[in-house]
Amino acid sequence: MDVAIVGVGLHPFGRYEGKSALEMGADAVRDALADAGAQWRDVQCAFAGSMEVTNPEAVVGLLGLTGIPARAVLNGCATGNTSLTMAAKAIESGEHDLAIAIGLDKHPRGAFSADPSVSGLPGWYGDAGLFLTTHFFGMKATRYLHDHGLTAATLAKVAAKNFRNGAANPKAWRRKPISEEEILNAAVLNYPLTQYMYCAPNEGAAAVLLCRADQAHKYTDKPVYLRASQLRSRRLGAFELLTPSLPLETVPSPTVDASLAAYEEAGIGPEDVDIAQLQDTDAGSEVIHMAENGFCKDGEQESLLAQGQTEIGGKLPVNTDGGLIANGEPVGASGLRQVYEIVTQLRGRAGERQVPGGPKVGYTHLYGAPGTAAVAILST
Amino acid sequence: MSKRIPLAPGLFTWPAEEPALLGGRCGSCGHVAFPHREHCLACGTAGVEQVELPRRGRLWTFTTQRFRPPSPPYAGADTPETFVPFSVGYVELPGACRVEARLTEPDPAKLEIGQEMELAIVPFGMTPEGDETLVFAFQPA
Repeated sequence: MDVAIVGVGLHPFGRYEGKSALEMGADAVRDALADAGAQWRDVQCAFAGSMEVTNPEAVVGLLGLTGIPARAVLNGCATGNTSLTMAAKAIESGEHDLAIAIGLDKHPRGAFSADPSVSGLPGWYGDAGLFLTTHFFGMKATRYLHDHGLTAATLAKVAAKNFRNGAANPKAWRRKPISEEEILNAAVLNYPLTQYMYCAPNEGAAAVLLCRADQAHKYTDKPVYLRASQLRSRRLGAFELLTPSLPLETVPSPTVDASLAAYEEAGIGPEDVDIAQLQDTDAGSEVIHMAENGFCKDGEQESLLAQGQTEIGGKLPVNTDGGLIANGEPVGASGLRQVYEIVTQLRGRAGERQVPGGPKVGYTHLYGAPGTAAVAILST
Repeated sequence: MSKRIPLAPGLFTWPAEEPALLGGRCGSCGHVAFPHREHCLACGTAGVEQVELPRRGRLWTFTTQRFRPPSPPYAGADTPETFVPFSVGYVELPGACRVEARLTEPDPAKLEIGQEMELAIVPFGMTPEGDETLVFAFQPA
C-alpha cells in the first residue's frame, strides 16, 4: 500500500512564553488537518514525538478524545523521522487509512545538558566536562576540513545561506541575514565553529497527515508520496557523538548507511533529487552531510558553494527554509519541519523562497545523539 | 589529611610515577577500548582484560571549550568567573585506540592534527570529603 502525505502543519519554531508544547502540537495538528480539509475525528492513529514532554500523545486531550491508538516516540534528533515512519507503516500494513505524525517540544535555553547515564556513559564523563554534543561537531569539522582541504570560510558561507533563506521564510525564527564576515568573526564556541554557525534548541511543533495513496484525492489535488524512510544507528568504528574511545579503523557514519538504504528503497540516486533538507546542527554538519548523503564527493563542497549550487536557484537547493540554523531545534518536531518544507516546495507553495522549475523529488536527513541518522525521500 | 585521587576509580594507574590510562583488550577478538568494560563492544565476549594503554600518541582531531560546561553534570572546582578554557580531542594511541580527552593547550592555533601528545594527570575538583580529584588529559609532547 503506497502512502501519500495529504496535509502538513507547522507551529513556527521560536520562543513562546506561557504556551505549552502540547498546545503548540495541537495547533500544528489543526494546521495539517485544515491543509487537507480533514477533521480530527477522521484520524485513525497518531504517533507523537518529544524530548521534553514524556507523554506527547496526550495532545489528543486538546484535540478530541476519539479513542484512537495514540503513541509516544523518542529517537533523539531523528524523532521526527520515527513518528513519520511509524505512521506510514500503519497505513502500509493496511491497519489504518489516515494517520498523523506529530512532533512537539519546548527546550530550556542554552546547550542541551543531561546526565551521561541517559546515554549509557559513566558519570565521570559528565563530571569531567566531556558530555557535550557540541564537542563532537567541532571535532568532526576540524578533522573534515583538515582531510579535505576546506576552510572556515566555507562554513560561514553555509550559515549565511541558511540565515538568508530564513529571512525569506515568514515562519522562520531567525529572520535577519548575517554576513559571512560577521559569522566568521563571531565568538568561537567550539573551534572551528563560531556562535553563528550553530543552531539553538527552542520550541515549536509540526504535524504531517498521511493517507492511503488511493484515497489521497479525497484530501488534496497535490499529494506528495513517501518513497522511502530509513533510520540507522552507528556501527562500531563510526566517528560519533559522545564516544570515550574509537577503534583505529573508521567506518562510514550512520548517515551514509541510512542514505544508501533510502536510495535503494526509493529506486533512485542522489542525481535524481531536486531539493534537500540536511541536518545543520552546525554549518560543518551541513557541509559534511552533503557528501555523506551522496550529493558530492568529499572536498567538493567549497567549489559547489562558491558556484551557489545549494542556493534556492542552484542545482540542489539545501535547507530552503533556513534549516536548523534559522529555525532552531525543538528536537521532537525538527524532522517534521523538514517534511513540511519539502511538501510545501513540491506543491509550489513556498512563496518568496520557492525553488524554481517545479521540483519533483525531495530529500530529508536527520542526525543526532547518540549516533542515529534518518533519511526520507518524497516525490510528487 | 587531604588526598589526591582519580576522578573515578579504574581510569588510570594511580599513584604512579608514570601513570597510564586503563583500557580493555578483548582476549577473543583483540578489540581495544577505553575505559575498560566487562563486555567487548566488537564481539560481545565477557571478561575483557584490563590493560595499560600507551602514554603517547598523535592528535587525531580537536576542538575548544570556551565556556564552563552546564553543571550538572560538569563538576569542576571552578566557577563561571574562574573557568579556564580547555581543548578536547582524540589522541590516537598506537596499537590501541583513539581516546577522547581534555587537552591542556587551550589555544587551537597551537594544536595540529598529527602532533605528538603525551598523557598528563591534572588537578580537577574536590570531593565532598575534601580530597583533590585528578583527571586525565593530553599535553603536547
